[in-house]
Amino acid sequence: MVNFGFTLLKGRQIDYDKNDRSLAEYILLQEPSFSICFECGGCSATCTAGNFTPFSLRRLNILIKRGENEEVGREISKCMLCGKCTLVCPRGVNTRNVITLTKKAFQKNIGNADTI
Amino acid sequence: MKEEGKRRIWSDYQKEIADDHFFYVRSCIRQSFFPGSETFFLNFMRNVLGKDVYENPSHTTCTGIGYHSDIVPLATIMTVVARHFALMKEAGYKNIAISCVTSFGIYTEILETWKHFPEELEKTREYLFKATGREFDIPENMAHTSDIIYKFRNEIAEKGKYRLINRLTGEPLNVVEHIGCHYAKMFPKSGVGGAEFPNVLAGMIDSWGGKVVDYPERRHCCGFGFRQYLVQANRGYSVSNTSKKFASMKPYKPDFILTNCPGCTMFMDKWQYTMKEMNGEVFGDNGESIPVLTYEELAGLVMGYNPWDLGIQYHMVQSEPLLRKLGIEYDPDDKFRTKDGRQMPVPENLINA
Amino acid sequence: MLSMDRNIVVIGGGTAGMEAAGQLSKEGFKVTLVEKESDTGGHLRNWYHLFPDRRDSVEVMNYLKTRIVHDNITLMTGTTIESFEKRDDSFALKTTSGGELIADAVVVTTGFDLFRCEKKEEYGYGIYDNVITSADLEKMFRKGEVKRSDGVIPEKIGLVHCVGSRDEKSGNRYCSKLCCVTAVKQAIELKEMLPAAKVFCFYMDIRMGGALYEEMYREAQEGFGVNFIRGKVSEVSENIDNKLVAKVEDTLLGRPMKIELDMMILMAGMEMSAEGRRIALSSGLKTGENRFFSPADHHFGSNMGNVGGVFYAGTCTAPMNITDTISHARAVVSDVVDYLKTM
Repeated sequence: MVNFGFTLLKGRQIDYDKNDRSLAEYILLQEPSFSICFECGGCSATCTAGNFTPFSLRRLNILIKRGENEEVGREISKCMLCGKCTLVCPRGVNTRNVITLTKKAFQKNIGNADTI
Repeated sequence: MKEEGKRRIWSDYQKEIADDHFFYVRSCIRQSFFPGSETFFLNFMRNVLGKDVYENPSHTTCTGIGYHSDIVPLATIMTVVARHFALMKEAGYKNIAISCVTSFGIYTEILETWKHFPEELEKTREYLFKATGREFDIPENMAHTSDIIYKFRNEIAEKGKYRLINRLTGEPLNVVEHIGCHYAKMFPKSGVGGAEFPNVLAGMIDSWGGKVVDYPERRHCCGFGFRQYLVQANRGYSVSNTSKKFASMKPYKPDFILTNCPGCTMFMDKWQYTMKEMNGEVFGDNGESIPVLTYEELAGLVMGYNPWDLGIQYHMVQSEPLLRKLGIEYDPDDKFRTKDGRQMPVPENLINA
Repeated sequence: MLSMDRNIVVIGGGTAGMEAAGQLSKEGFKVTLVEKESDTGGHLRNWYHLFPDRRDSVEVMNYLKTRIVHDNITLMTGTTIESFEKRDDSFALKTTSGGELIADAVVVTTGFDLFRCEKKEEYGYGIYDNVITSADLEKMFRKGEVKRSDGVIPEKIGLVHCVGSRDEKSGNRYCSKLCCVTAVKQAIELKEMLPAAKVFCFYMDIRMGGALYEEMYREAQEGFGVNFIRGKVSEVSENIDNKLVAKVEDTLLGRPMKIELDMMILMAGMEMSAEGRRIALSSGLKTGENRFFSPADHHFGSNMGNVGGVFYAGTCTAPMNITDTISHARAVVSDVVDYLKTM
């Protein structure tokens, strides 16, 4: 194969239909309050880890819902489980449990992403 | 899909295209890469339709390439365009026929600028007069040559020898039409059919018997874009966009692609070669690549002109599969011969040959 | 007594017109209710269940129809007012068939038109099968079946908020107020009818300003699993499997997204009705930048305009739901009474 000095770029468009949402389904089943997150960002604002890393629970919740499990796998270990997000949430989502369930899911190989 | 819906939109975006007495401005790229196109246009308009198409040999490039690459400033390009209008005025022409879509975009953009910022128009008059002593008028009608071929598509259909039908199956050919971004996306009212469902090429295909393919990435830019390809490291961006379009059109098994912009034709043609060499990907049916034609080349084929006179052998993707489907006879030995019979060197890596 | 021989013409027999006519007749005035269609009810005739409590619109229609059964009311259906003018203390109204009505006061309740979604070419309404409007969906609900044009039950359905609202290109910069709650209601109704379907709402903002609206939004997520994706759909196309492909940015992730859908529903905005615009022009009534009638005062004069004796009620003044329309129609009666007392 010829190298012309440039490569084909990997698209960054989310292909909703190709993504695997088994992780989202698992969490929804175990923690029904996950469904009422309306992505306000209150959790990310107060997050301890978010001060110094790009970790954002708001963003993570959406990534889970879309099935972008690889990025979830990379980010999930940054959460320090302090629980400040659960205090803030205006909808009453059990955010801390969403984190623990995600880690559990990866250990069971649901969502096919590796966790540290 | 409901065709009446599209027709309603086309009727909303009717464009006035002049009938005769054109001042013709050529394209920089097309003369090299698609040599038969402009020749066909002039031949058809003058000899077949008997129209008056005037060319002034001292017209220059519109400098669109330079402008879009940040080399030519706005004031310069406005003056160059004004000079063409001055040449038009001196020769007594009020209608301009523009060969290149980037050029068309430039002229449209500049005329709009002058409309909203009359002080720029005054400055340009001053610059042109100081530089060349010339004065200019704003043209009454501005058409792209694809608009003109669109206008006379029924005449071509009548005089034509071939229809866009697959001789082997009897079905209309599946045609992908691709409009240059600068044709209607910038100013939808400047394009026949507007920006979402442009009709300038679809109308030609319909009139000549083919079937237009509407695929999801139809509106997507082909990936040509001066900054994208002038710098080698950026070309990945350009070819990725083209690849996206091809992946989207592949399931429809298009027989050929029709475009009205020189950049689009060049890239959709050349990048097929590049993608084949880079990772072996081909997007046509049966492991073939998809021939890409300009509207003049297609009109020429429909009218029964010799394919080699139209210059389609100079594309990267060879059109023989299409010619066979159309039932057009061609002499393979004549392909790379000059008009007086001398043999030219034959290129090595022809696709589809 | 004031009422004896006073005559009021109400232009427009929809929700506002019927309620205003009903209340005015109870006060003792003679009312002529003029409606251009062959039947009263306006848009209410085309709705299925109403938010927030999902009750059948037929119940509200029956209430209004009962209201206009009164000796004081003359109902003229199939009649269009061409224009009217003030002559000293009364009004002369011309109908398009050449008739004339004389009134002491005029109440304009010409209502709204839905935005014509063909104008948003990139959504392909009228071009791609299976792109329908919220109004089309209500008709499907009334028939009791939601199906694609090829008869297949849809498995993935998208609802697009803000079609023809908050949009320069459509000519409507304002918010139509009701489309968000309509989308949430319809999303719930779709899930109830087709529990296996995946339903997506593509929104720019979720505007739930009404009693029990926010609760409905939560219920849609909690009870029905409706997916809310923040981003404006840029374009729709059809792929080779005859599915719709929508492009949207998942703005909260900051990445473009492509999603296949079986059906797409456009939440059409509310516009000042064409009839209302025509009457405004022909009769010298001021309209605002958003083409609705300009109120004499935003706070305590929303039923009055620039001509004394001419009053407005309902969606010809601004987008509003049925509850507010009925309240607005009752309010206009107070203004009419006050006016006539001074005559």
